[in-house]
Amino acid sequence: MMNEVPLAVILAENWNYLVVITLMMSGLFIVISRFNLVKKLVGLSIFQTSVFLFYISVGKVAGGTAPIITGDPDTLYSNPLPHVLILTAIVVGVATTALGLALVLRIHAAFGSIEEDEVLAMKAEDGLPRVRRILEQQGDRLGDRQGQAVVEGEAEK
Amino acid sequence: MTGLMVNICLLALLVVIVVMVMRTHRLFAVVVLSGAYSLICAVIFVNLDAVDVAFTEAAVGAGISTVLFLAAMAVLPGTEKQPPRAHTLTSNLAGLVIVVIVGGVLMLAAFDLPAVGDPNAPAQVHVAPRYLVESDEVLHIPNVVTTVLASYRGFDTLGETIVVFTAGLGVFLLLCGATRTARRRMARPEQDQGSGPYEG
Repeated sequence: MMNEVPLAVILAENWNYLVVITLMMSGLFIVISRFNLVKKLVGLSIFQTSVFLFYISVGKVAGGTAPIITGDPDTLYSNPLPHVLILTAIVVGVATTALGLALVLRIHAAFGSIEEDEVLAMKAEDGLPRVRRILEQQGDRLGDRQGQAVVEGEAEK
Repeated sequence: MTGLMVNICLLALLVVIVVMVMRTHRLFAVVVLSGAYSLICAVIFVNLDAVDVAFTEAAVGAGISTVLFLAAMAVLPGTEKQPPRAHTLTSNLAGLVIVVIVGGVLMLAAFDLPAVGDPNAPAQVHVAPRYLVESDEVLHIPNVVTTVLASYRGFDTLGETIVVFTAGLGVFLLLCGATRTARRRMARPEQDQGSGPYEG
């Protein structure tokens, strides 16, 4: 019967999972509700780290030790597989963060703001002065390049 | 028992840090708090026997991530702007509804999981015993995490390298667009006044 187990024991046994879910949901909340893009990225990394904690908690064996072979046949080891998966995930997480930060830098360069609502308002306006100017310049440059190719082609003749 | 108590306290500390991240508007403080969050995670990993993961989390999660954030902060504004009241209200409400529903469902599901540390949980009896028994005899490396990472699951690690390479390429392309415009501006300074991405 479920009722015979004291609540404190149930909580202690599942404490890791409960905290992981709380952290995950807090990260999700930051990503959804904050407008600042850097803060969104911090929320995303909190979300990621909570998943790491979940995997490592699943791999824990009570009374076990780190999975490094000691030679003693009685030693109990924790599960090495989640450790390997999370090692990969940590590195990929940093790659995601770096890419996100590069995007935020470009957004800041184009709009002069890293607040989502301000950027969206600027996009909604027809003006978009800075972005339009940059795009026009890129069009220019393409024109230049074609022009240069034509000049080079004539020189070869 | 001590391990369990340490675990409970450190996990509670993580929740406190996340609440502080939510409430702080100075972004430098937020970035440093997220570094502290990663370090405490590393301590928890040691406590849960994942020494290799703790090592990586401390070096990569707390180290490189924080450095990347701080480097970006050198260009970006240092404080979070307070958006208009109506905006915060709707976004907070939307976030709260989603988070409460998803979190509630996950919590319900969490009580059906095997207890933390259960040696007979399905995750513990599937393929892990084979790695533990075999890897020292076959590959002669005592650290099982190393053998699984480099040998049994070497293709995973290859895939990881490809992902990191792609991300590095993406960062390079995104940031080099700026240098290209800058170079162009240098070539024709009179036409491109004030158009560089990194100008004020």
